[in-house]
Amino acid sequence: MNAAATEAPAIEVTNLRKVYGRGHTEVVAVRDATLRMARGEIVGLFGPSGSGKSTLLTAMALINPPTAGRIAIGGQPVMDGPHALVDARAFRRQNIGFVFQKPNLIPFLTALENVQVALEINDTPARQARQRALDLLGYLGVGPRANNLPDALSGGEQQRVAIARALANEPRLILADEPTASLDGALGRQVMELFAKVAHERHAGVLVVTHDHRTLDVFDRILDVEDGAIRVRTDPDASVPS
Amino acid sequence: MNLAIRDIRHNAGRFVFTTLGVGLLLMIVMGMGGIYRGLIYEATLLVDRVGADLWVVQGTTRGPFAEISRIPANLEDRVRAVPGVAQARRFVSHTIQREHGGKPLRMVVQGLSWPDDRGEWVPLVAGRPLRQAHYEMIADQSLGLPLGEKIKLGKEVYEVVGQTRGLVGTGGDGLAFFTASDAMAIQFDVPGEAVRLERAARRARLEGIDLGRLQPLLLDRAAGLSSGIPAFATPQVSAILVTLDPGADEAAVRRVLGTWPDVTVYSTQEQKDLLLAGMVDKARRQLGLFRVLLIVISTIVIALIVYTLTLDKIRDIALLKLIGARNRVIGGLILQQALFMGAFGFGLAWWLGWYLFPYFPRLVLIETADLVSLGLIVIVISTLASLIGIWKALRVEPNTVLAV
Repeated sequence: MNAAATEAPAIEVTNLRKVYGRGHTEVVAVRDATLRMARGEIVGLFGPSGSGKSTLLTAMALINPPTAGRIAIGGQPVMDGPHALVDARAFRRQNIGFVFQKPNLIPFLTALENVQVALEINDTPARQARQRALDLLGYLGVGPRANNLPDALSGGEQQRVAIARALANEPRLILADEPTASLDGALGRQVMELFAKVAHERHAGVLVVTHDHRTLDVFDRILDVEDGAIRVRTDPDASVPS
Repeated sequence: MNLAIRDIRHNAGRFVFTTLGVGLLLMIVMGMGGIYRGLIYEATLLVDRVGADLWVVQGTTRGPFAEISRIPANLEDRVRAVPGVAQARRFVSHTIQREHGGKPLRMVVQGLSWPDDRGEWVPLVAGRPLRQAHYEMIADQSLGLPLGEKIKLGKEVYEVVGQTRGLVGTGGDGLAFFTASDAMAIQFDVPGEAVRLERAARRARLEGIDLGRLQPLLLDRAAGLSSGIPAFATPQVSAILVTLDPGADEAAVRRVLGTWPDVTVYSTQEQKDLLLAGMVDKARRQLGLFRVLLIVISTIVIALIVYTLTLDKIRDIALLKLIGARNRVIGGLILQQALFMGAFGFGLAWWLGWYLFPYFPRLVLIETADLVSLGLIVIVISTLASLIGIWKALRVEPNTVLAV
C-alpha cells in the first residue's frame, strides 16, 4: 500500500444505508456500510448479484443518494444522508474517474477525443488537453490508435481508452464496475494490472467491483458485500457465491 | 472540441437527407414569399411605370383595378383644362385571350394616348416605340411574339415593333401596348353579322314608335354607325391619367376634379392601395397561411430528427453527465445540431431557389429583407425544435450508462 498515513483517504464511507421502496416493498440495498480507502490503494469489491455492490458504487459516485450515512472523498465531506454537500456533477468532474463493464466510449469521437473531452469538460484548454490525452494513451499503450474511432479498436484497446479517460483529470478516486467482464482472461488480467499500476504510480484510490476471481492478487485489499453489508475478507482465496 | 460537428460527421447520411428535406421545405416557404412579392411587383408595375399623378375614374367606383370603370374618352379634354394639369391621357386596359400559332394567347391590351403618348416611357429591350396611329404594337417577351411578328386581333393585323421584358398585368399575362383607339377597337370588336343585326334591331325599334314614323331620316341614322348617333356615348375608356405641372398643387387640382359629380379622383398611391387590397390581399393571406403551415412542418421535422438523434446518443449523454459535463455542453450539442440543420437547409433552399425559381410561370421575387427575415425564422424554429431534444437529454440520469 502506497498511501501516506497522514494523507486524506481517497474515500471514506461511514454507516451508509440505502433503502428502496416503503412499507411492504421496502428493500435495504446497503446496510450500514463503512469503508475507508487510501490514495494509491486498489481495492476489490466482491459479491453476488443483488448484494448491493452497484448501489454502493453509485452512491459513492454521487449519482444515487444514500438514505443515511456519510461520504467523504479526498477528505472533503460530499454526502450527508441524502443531502449533497457539494455540486455533485462538478465534484465528479474533478475528483472521480469511472470505468465500466463496457468501455462506453462515445462512438463519434476518436480514442484521442474520448480522452480529450473529459479534460475539456473540466476546462482544460484544448491544446493542453490534446497533449495530455496523447500522453495518457501512450502510457496505457494505445498511443498509435489515438486517431481511430472506437469501432476500429479491439475490446482491450477500448477498455484502455476508457481507463485513460478515467485518469484524465487525475482524480482522487477511480470507480470501476466489472471492468473485465467483457474481456477474455488474459486481457482481463492486463486491464486489472493496469488498474494496479494506475493506483500505485498515479496515486489514485481505485475501487473495482468485480466477479473475476482470477485477478485477486492485484488487489491491495478485498472486500465482500453480502446482503448490503461490507465484510473485510481475511482469506484472499475464499470466494463468495456470485 | 465541437461535439455537434463530430456527431453530424458520424451520422452524415442521416444529416444530409434530413437537411435536404428541410431545405426543400424552406425553398417552398421562400418561394411562397417570392410569389407574393412577385404578385405585388407585377400588380403595381404598370401603375408605377405609367407615371400618372392622379387617376380620374368613373364616379363612385374605385377604379379599373378594383371594378369596371367607364368614362367617356373625351373627358380627357375636360381634365386637360383644369389649372395645374400638364397632361391628361386615356387609360385603356383589358385582357383578351385569342388563338395564335395554334396555342391560346392571353394578353393585357394597354392603350396609349396617341399622339401624346407613343410609349416612350415603356422600357424596351428591343425595337422602338409606336410611330403610327394604327396597326403597331409593343409586346412583352412573355407573349412569345418576336419583333416583326404580325398578329390579327379583331378585324385588323398588328405588327410587333417593340419588346419589353417582365411587363405583365395583375394576372401574370404579358402586356401589349397599342394606341388607345386600336385598344378600344380590339376591345369592342364584334363580328360584322352582329353589327348588322344590331343596326337592323335599332331601325326596327325606331320604326315602331312615332318618332321613327314622323322623322324617317332618323331611320337611316339608326341603321348607320353607332358613332353617328348622339344618344350613344362617345368611346369609353377605363380612366384618365393626369400628369400635373411641376410645382402644381395636387390638392387644389383634386378639389376641382372632386366637384365633378361624374368622376372620382385617386392618387397613384391610392390606386395602388386599392389594387393591392382588392386583388392581392387574398393571395397574400393564402400564401401567408401556406408559409406558416410549412414553417410549422419544418419545425416538426427538425424537432423529430433532433429528438431521434438525441435518443440515439442517450447513453453518450448519460456518460457525459456522469463524467461531469455541464448542462450547457449537452444542451449546446443538441442546439447546435438543430441550428446546423436549419442553417444548411436554409442555404440549400436559397441555392436551389436561385436555379429553380426563374422557371416558375409567375415571377418569384426574392428580396433581401425577406431572406433575412426567413433566416431569423429558421434560427427561431431550429431553437424551438431543439427544445424537446434538450428536455429529453437533461432528464437522462447519469446512471443510465451503468445499465448493461
